[in-house]
Amino acid sequence: MSQLLLDKLKARFGERILETSSFRGDEVAVVAPTDWLDVAQFLRDDPACDMSMFIDITVVDYPEREARFDLVLMLYSLHKGHRVRLKTRLADGATVKTVTPLWAAANWFEREVYDMFGVKFEGHPDLRRILMYEEFEGHPLRKDYAADRTQPLVPYRPEAKDKLAPFRADEGMPFGRRDWSPRDDAWKTDDIAHNEEHLAEAIANDPAETR
Amino acid sequence: MEPQDYDIAEDDLALPAEPMRINMGPSHPAMHGTIRMIVDVDGESIKNVDVQIGFLHRGFEKMCERGTWTQVFPYTDRLNYVSPMICNVGFAMAVEKLAGITVPERCQWYRTVLSELSRITDHLTCNGAMAMELGAFTPFLWMMKAREHVWDLLEEETGARMTHSFARIGGMAKPPTPNLKHRVEEVLLAVEDILVECEALLFKNRIFLDRLQGVGAISAAEALQFSWTGPTLRSTGVAYDVRRAHPYLVYDQLEFDIPVGSDGDNFDRYMVRHEEIKQSIRILRQCNKLMPDDGPIDVTDRPEVVLPPKNDVYTTIEGTIQHFKLIMEGAKIPKGEVYSFVEGGNGEFGFFIVSDGSGTPYRVRIRPPCVFTLQGFPRMIRGHMIADIVPTFGSVNMIGGECDR
Amino acid sequence: MGNVKSGQIVLEGSEQGFATTRFDALLNWARKYSLFQYPFVTACCGMEFMSLNGPRFDGLARFGAEAPRFTPRQADLLWVVGTIVQRQAPVLKRVYEQMCDPKYVIAFGTCASCGGFYDNYTTVPGIDKIIPVDVYIPGCPPRPEAVIDGLMLLMDKIASGRRETPAIVKPHNDPVGDRLVTLGKGSPRELEIGPQSRTRDDRPNTPAHAFLPKKAAT
Repeated sequence: MSQLLLDKLKARFGERILETSSFRGDEVAVVAPTDWLDVAQFLRDDPACDMSMFIDITVVDYPEREARFDLVLMLYSLHKGHRVRLKTRLADGATVKTVTPLWAAANWFEREVYDMFGVKFEGHPDLRRILMYEEFEGHPLRKDYAADRTQPLVPYRPEAKDKLAPFRADEGMPFGRRDWSPRDDAWKTDDIAHNEEHLAEAIANDPAETR
Repeated sequence: MEPQDYDIAEDDLALPAEPMRINMGPSHPAMHGTIRMIVDVDGESIKNVDVQIGFLHRGFEKMCERGTWTQVFPYTDRLNYVSPMICNVGFAMAVEKLAGITVPERCQWYRTVLSELSRITDHLTCNGAMAMELGAFTPFLWMMKAREHVWDLLEEETGARMTHSFARIGGMAKPPTPNLKHRVEEVLLAVEDILVECEALLFKNRIFLDRLQGVGAISAAEALQFSWTGPTLRSTGVAYDVRRAHPYLVYDQLEFDIPVGSDGDNFDRYMVRHEEIKQSIRILRQCNKLMPDDGPIDVTDRPEVVLPPKNDVYTTIEGTIQHFKLIMEGAKIPKGEVYSFVEGGNGEFGFFIVSDGSGTPYRVRIRPPCVFTLQGFPRMIRGHMIADIVPTFGSVNMIGGECDR
Repeated sequence: MGNVKSGQIVLEGSEQGFATTRFDALLNWARKYSLFQYPFVTACCGMEFMSLNGPRFDGLARFGAEAPRFTPRQADLLWVVGTIVQRQAPVLKRVYEQMCDPKYVIAFGTCASCGGFYDNYTTVPGIDKIIPVDVYIPGCPPRPEAVIDGLMLLMDKIASGRRETPAIVKPHNDPVGDRLVTLGKGSPRELEIGPQSRTRDDRPNTPAHAFLPKKAAT
């Protein structure tokens, strides 16, 4: 059913549709970043496509690739009942045109993509952080942002620093997991380093450990 | 004595007013603890609202990339924590779609039963809290009582009152209890009684009606422009329900109506939820009749995904190894990406998941329905009074865990 | 002289119609039954907090801690219910600083106590990193019974006036210890419940639910 949609896209745009695929009933079309808005506009306005509803926009990060971000736009036709996923590949720092004029709902979600991944949208009316605070540096959902790297807004109480963390970072994580976070430990805040000293001391002094 | 100002024109009496900017939240009783609103007011009427979310951003998507596929279930519980079973089932269905698994029929019925019970608790909580914020404390307490009945049943089934973590990839954690159907019927009778009592309290209450009717109205076209789904969209008259439009589990075998409103105001949203509780009750009664009493719950032919029976783990070496690999490395879900969605408490609750073939999810993305509703909030409230923020925000049913993830 | 014993004051001479006590003991006794709460409710635990207020558990009004005050200046008990993220932390600190002494803080749930399983870039690993805590209530979310336990621990602390070390709600029986006894053959526990422990699948078919109204139990 939705395969017709991909055929229609190919008939209209030809070579500008870089790839199409269909997996488990989900149809995907990949375009270049420059064609992003054109294809989205066609999907909304063409009566046979009629993608009246914006479902979601998000990013999948592949840090080993040159164009590391897969920007994914999901659309739905309320009247026809079909869905399509539109994809484009972006390098770090590249921008893409916003789809907010087409679907008002995209506004907050493009802000979220900017907040979480640092992908910028040209022509977005109000591109600022949405989930994190303004003081936050970096983009937390990138694979190379360490998951436990905090940036506290209020300094921690000195009394709390003596408490040992129950687990060290990455303890209890599954085998075979790919760890993307940088391991230089330069980002570590004082209290974590402090805790680790304590932990090493506690292990050294533990009679059960020396036995 | 004659009034002194009888010959003064009406305009001269008006006090000079200029727009003022006030802050609501994030720690405000009406903001559910996690929303901040910067409101521009002219006198009492609202000119504009800047809604700020993110005060409960707990890094769900990042945490999913650290554990195994099965370890995501506890996090999904805490997304929409008012209807956790629906999130559980939704995530299990997404992974099963990616792995190409079809769960046995009895499991599908069981998931439907638990989802609908969760939907009842969701709508009871939303409507109860909305009534409470308007000063009607008694219906709130009664609806909490009804919710306790449903939670008791869910606790008997799953072992937890609200954070169940009960679904698994390719099945459920446990088979249904033998007296499930009997208990469902008991609980439904109790909930129905309480609903009738709450109707008697609220629907002739002038204060309740006046503060809901005609407040926070939005048209169907605007609601669609903001991609609303769920009860909030249906209150504007669009009958889009995932259970009907794209039937999953066993919803195609069940009879139920989709309640729709006409005006899209607060009262319609309240009534749509109220009616959906009754429809859920109807669905559950049919499930009681149609659900098979015997049969497998877990799929058995996919050892790389589903845990072996405990007996085999303890007695055979193959079972032990399979168990060990599944627990320590995680279920190996084939490479690919899918989008799967269910009808959550607030609308289309979608999971976009990407697997790189390892035991750890590469990316898990939630489509949070209440963010879309909240995004349309300034459109709903513009021109109304400050006090109207409270019922209108209540009718949005903003759930912090789902909204900020 | 007031005799402080396990959180209760035995008033000397009360059988004769008058009583004498230390002034601060009397003050603490009065204080522990008139807590004004500020519910700082953010997340999932709020659902259990609603249940706690609900008719079945009625866990606050019974202890004189029902009246919520949504301004910190009028409250002396701060319930931190749910996860506190870095963005919320300045708000929590400010609310705490605005409360008048004596002020008490209860960390409701695992997230408020230690951050729980949200060990990541955005979550504060326990509110004690920001403000001092009197009682920790673990659980994700804790059952209302545990919360009532925590509230009673706080009342004990107020009555005794000792606040140096925080209190933690703990299980009354050790669940592991219980199970270990059943493993032994011929143990008293095994004789009590029969040779097979009752598992989920062979549970007797009796609903026997005390809380349902009579009409519903057809």
